[in-house]
Amino acid sequence: MGIKTVLLTATLALGLTTSVWAQERVVNVYNWSDYIDPTTLEDFTKETGIKVVYDTFDSNEILETKLLAGGTGYDVVVPTASFLQRQIAAGVFQKLDKSKLPNLANMWDVISERIQKYDPGNEYAVDWMWGTTGLGYNVAKAKEILGTDEPPTWDALFKPELAAKFKDCGIHVLDSATDVLPSVLAYLGLDPDSKNPDDLAKAGELLEKTRPNIRKFHSSEYINGLANGDICLALGYSGDIFQARDRAAEAKAGVEVGYSIPGAAQMWFDVLAIPADAPHVAEAHELINYLMRPDVAAKASNVVFYANGNKASQQFISKEILDDPAIYPTPEALSKLFTVTPYDTKVQRVVTRLWTKVVTGQ
Amino acid sequence: MQKLIGSVTSRLVISVPYLWLLIFFLVPFLIVLKISLSQVATAIPPYTPVLDITAGIRSLFNGISQFTWENYVWLVEDPLYYKAYISSLVIAAVSTVLTLIIGYPIAYGMARAPASIRPTLLMLVILPFWTSFLIRVYAWIGILKPEGLLNQFLMWANVIDTPLNILNTHTAIFIGIVYSYLPFLVLPIYSALEKMDYSLVEAAEDLGCPPLMAFWKITFPLSMPGVIAGCFLVFIPATGEFVIPDLLGGSSTLMIGKTLWSEFFSNRDWPVSSAVAVVLLLLLVVPIVLFQRSEAKAQESEK
Repeated sequence: MGIKTVLLTATLALGLTTSVWAQERVVNVYNWSDYIDPTTLEDFTKETGIKVVYDTFDSNEILETKLLAGGTGYDVVVPTASFLQRQIAAGVFQKLDKSKLPNLANMWDVISERIQKYDPGNEYAVDWMWGTTGLGYNVAKAKEILGTDEPPTWDALFKPELAAKFKDCGIHVLDSATDVLPSVLAYLGLDPDSKNPDDLAKAGELLEKTRPNIRKFHSSEYINGLANGDICLALGYSGDIFQARDRAAEAKAGVEVGYSIPGAAQMWFDVLAIPADAPHVAEAHELINYLMRPDVAAKASNVVFYANGNKASQQFISKEILDDPAIYPTPEALSKLFTVTPYDTKVQRVVTRLWTKVVTGQ
Repeated sequence: MQKLIGSVTSRLVISVPYLWLLIFFLVPFLIVLKISLSQVATAIPPYTPVLDITAGIRSLFNGISQFTWENYVWLVEDPLYYKAYISSLVIAAVSTVLTLIIGYPIAYGMARAPASIRPTLLMLVILPFWTSFLIRVYAWIGILKPEGLLNQFLMWANVIDTPLNILNTHTAIFIGIVYSYLPFLVLPIYSALEKMDYSLVEAAEDLGCPPLMAFWKITFPLSMPGVIAGCFLVFIPATGEFVIPDLLGGSSTLMIGKTLWSEFFSNRDWPVSSAVAVVLLLLLVVPIVLFQRSEAKAQESEK
């Protein structure tokens, strides 16, 4: 075999592989962990021939840092809407081509309108799931302490004398100023979206008063903590607490976990968006359109226990989820939920410093 | 000619570690230093100015003229940062001493064990590395938590009535660091003790020196290089430790790794977090230089 033949074969092989590459369509997805029915992606590949490369993250901060560094290679990412606004301003995302998304007609206007606060005209993102930030609790312990079957309200956490009763069985609070301060402001009767340093300081004061009762500020440990019965009260995300509820039920160790929307609570939306430098824009649109199909969105909600922003999917969602007011709140409870806008850089500094003081006492 | 080729090859060989340091230490450091002199921006990447070498010298100088010391001034103005540095150094120092107290007897026992079982003992020290560091730290949560193994055992043995609250305290951090870094301290001390000529101690004892005194006057000084190397191997990474305080420590634990994390991720302030990292590096360079000096001295004395 002469050198020429070798070269020729090499070129041929190269040509073959490139044509294979050209045929294989791929979409790179970066989503929250445990946030989809795994069969959904297989079904999508079967239907469209597009291969899904699926990665997961567990905090908005991690996602945002990657997006701001640029060149992630992801085609579809799932930020929370309160982070979205700033990310749009930084030029992270591209506008959706709505002509390629006929399933937009299935979306729920109540949710889409609320997301407009972050993304005017819903130009950059569509809702995937949404939920609330509230209280997870150990049903038996809460009943013993409160002396009632009623789920705990914000008083259980923010009234120091009441929180002191939960102290021994353990309280966890999300280690995230943006998820906790708005609820404190609302509890104090102030505007939850306030950027006024005085208001924020008042919220900080209340938290510092109740801080001795809090065992830990952490954004994920409370899932296991609640499920194992290590803690009995947690300020956390609705979906995480539903996961804790499921794990506790599976473990059959006698721990029952409940979730309460404890009054005026913060509402959050995780949305599907396409980074500006996404390498497979067409495939990304196809996937987003697929995920907006009523049966597909319903299947995800049935598995992850979150409400979705898809009105047409509600007929396929299991009764147990659709009728649970902690997941799909009643219209009047829904009207009490609020949304907040992100802080600008200066206020963010004040808030983070305040938060460090709350968390560490320094 | 032969000599010339020899010196060229030896230079090439020497240049490899330098090249390594240049690419993997100096270049990243310069990038971090550069970002620490920049300002925050809502953009990709989230700071300004962005230096583009391809855009020509003029724009490069233009970018450099926008550098600012503001971020370092910020670090001085807020007591949070120096408190976090001091607390990290204290936690690292206490952990190092505890590791030494536990690690030295282990290393000594290993070095004095019959030569036939030494490889097995060495293996046992290295064995934990076969499991992920993260999983081992997680396991400590299961051991230390109020309903955990330790408390269950102590209550079963009637030592205590109510569970000890260890998890989420400084004690848990010390346990985590001592456990995780123990092998890094045991191995250098072991290698120093194993090389030691034990007949020196026998000679001292023959001359009437009590065993403890012989240890203190002969064995310990001879193991000093290992002790120093081991202590630095524990102290330096423990100062910047993030995972152990995050998982085992409580909310009130102030450590520089955590401060850096929140600057970088919560504040999205890459410039300030870079400044924090640069200062941390400078803080650690001092002990590293001291370490190298003592190493050089030790080598000198061996000659």
